[in-house]
Amino acid sequence: MIDSVLAILSAVMLGLGGFFMVSGAIGLLRFPDFYSRMHAASMTDTLGSYLVVGGLMLTAGWGLPLFKLALILVFIFFTSPTAGHALAKSAQHCDLRLPGGGASTKKADNEISGSAQGPDSRDVVSADRV
Amino acid sequence: MIIATAIALLVVMVLALVRALLGPTIHDRILAVNVFGTKTVLLISVICFISGRPEFLDIALVYALINFVSIIGVLKYFEYQGRDEREGMQ
Repeated sequence: MIDSVLAILSAVMLGLGGFFMVSGAIGLLRFPDFYSRMHAASMTDTLGSYLVVGGLMLTAGWGLPLFKLALILVFIFFTSPTAGHALAKSAQHCDLRLPGGGASTKKADNEISGSAQGPDSRDVVSADRV
Repeated sequence: MIIATAIALLVVMVLALVRALLGPTIHDRILAVNVFGTKTVLLISVICFISGRPEFLDIALVYALINFVSIIGVLKYFEYQGRDEREGMQ
């Protein structure tokens, strides 16, 4: 009885995790700019990882594999938002902007210092810069 | 269902690789590599349960650690790249 309930729950969690990860990857591929891509990727990355590792934990049974899976879960729980935050901070420091001119706190500073030279191409980072 | 999850993970890894190859800026590529690394950890865990070899979980744990440290290291390297280039031009 309890085994079949755990198997069904595990299958549901694995299926939901696969669905969230595939939708996040489609978002990563098709969204128009970097910040929306990062939003799609990091949200679904975190939830999909929890669901998949949780589904595996339900099938693992008591023992050392369960503990290792819990360790992986705790590690993903801390590192995935940290990596997302570091990525967003790095993109902001590189002055990677949205095409509409948002997403930067240094806009006023740039306008003051750039007014002597007229409007230049700082607002949108060119695509072939790397 | 575990095999379906493994196939979904492989599809996600292919899409992340396409983004890493296409990505216009360096941050798109780093983001795609981050997603790829996380999905690699999950794929190793799933393969552990498909093939019934519990020692794969150690590899998954070590891969999670290496993935996080490498992402942070690469980001520290690229963090002030744009500002340095611009100040060099002025």
